[in-house]
Amino acid sequence: MAVIVDYDAGNLKSVERACREVGLDAVISNDPGRIRAADRIIFPGVGAAGSAMRSLAASGVDAALVDAFHAGTPILGICLGLQISLDHSEENDTETLGLVPGDVRRFRLDDPRLKVPHMGWNAVNLRRSHPVLDGVEPGDEFYFVHAYRPVPANPEDVIAESRYEGVFCSALGRGNYVATQFHPEKSGRVGLGLLERFAAWDGRVDA
Amino acid sequence: MLSKRLIACLDVRDGHLAKSVKFVDTKNIGDPVAKAREYYVDGLDELVFYDITASSEGRRIILDVVEAVAEQVFIPLSVGGGVASVGDATDLRLAGAEKINVNSAAVRRPALIAECAEAIGGQNVVLSMDIRRVEANEALPSGYEIVINGGRLPMGIDALAWALEGERLGAGELVVNSIDADGTREGYELGLTRMLAEAVRIPVIASGGAGEPAHLYDVLTEGRADAALVASMVHYGDYTVSGLKGYLDGRGVKMRMSW
Repeated sequence: MAVIVDYDAGNLKSVERACREVGLDAVISNDPGRIRAADRIIFPGVGAAGSAMRSLAASGVDAALVDAFHAGTPILGICLGLQISLDHSEENDTETLGLVPGDVRRFRLDDPRLKVPHMGWNAVNLRRSHPVLDGVEPGDEFYFVHAYRPVPANPEDVIAESRYEGVFCSALGRGNYVATQFHPEKSGRVGLGLLERFAAWDGRVDA
Repeated sequence: MLSKRLIACLDVRDGHLAKSVKFVDTKNIGDPVAKAREYYVDGLDELVFYDITASSEGRRIILDVVEAVAEQVFIPLSVGGGVASVGDATDLRLAGAEKINVNSAAVRRPALIAECAEAIGGQNVVLSMDIRRVEANEALPSGYEIVINGGRLPMGIDALAWALEGERLGAGELVVNSIDADGTREGYELGLTRMLAEAVRIPVIASGGAGEPAHLYDVLTEGRADAALVASMVHYGDYTVSGLKGYLDGRGVKMRMSW
């Protein structure tokens, strides 16, 4: 059974519906035991890093996620779920889970016509092969809503990039953890395709 | 970089799709769930439901419509019409709406915008403004006035001042709906759209008046809008979503062309 991690960080029903659409049986839960026992984990989230980390700590889900990561469970982070898997976020100056080395910084844009949050459809360009992202074609666009961008410390953790004034990392992964800054559950057919590949992924990447 | 968005608006009355001309004379034109699915499959970027009877009648029915659509349409859904409290917004979010549009109730009680932004995130709060052209005067210096209750009640509030206030209170987007242009099919009101788009730092969705593809091009370029909202153009089968996007792409507007 797959678990969608619940930590008071936004509406999870759209993620649940999209999982159902691709045939992935998933329950929404904040139970650390269930998260440790899950076949695979979806870690979504919309909101602020500070309150998200407090909520994760209060339920003990933070430690369960770290355990599941080290146990090799395939995990998909989405949006805030991606951001709090790095070491640190500029948002509320928050120490985060540290599954992937790096930090999260606010967009600082020189062009006054560009708006923050970065909200809407944008292209996602693969930088390396990954079982969950392969299948994204040049020109495919995904739906984004975020004001902060991930900055992985190791370039090899970057799977895909997008452009908003400058280039930023829009998908990253390390071992059995993969994450997207965009929302596959709101990105039409290409987003559902990504979820479908995650549903079939064994957590391994070719070395 | 971000693509411009094509948004279809489904005015729903008693669970059926309706389309108004200058905000009156609504006609029943079909099943909103089937239409939503059709547009989604054809490449629509975002969908808006407007419950046009919600201010005065029961609103339970729109929740069922939203829920049915959210089961099969995997793009952002935005819903408005009669949202007067955080509870209304939360109900719609649970039914499957990503974004919540506030309109009349926010004009009467602006704190609603801040309350909704706090509860569901400012990026999900859309301030929808119905605006009519007036003679500019001291109280209405921009020459545009806010009107509420489905276009029936002029408020003596300047549209530019209200847009800036909405942004300050935490709205994540503006819908600029010209009552003068609505349903005419003669084009968006470019001057109004551009004035507001240049004044705020949040995305602006142009609404009201689209009748041919060139109108979309004009409002996304000269009008500076981030998104163009259409209704009758696609509802009656005169144009398709993919056809409109192809036209805009062909004229050099950045659109999402793969779906």
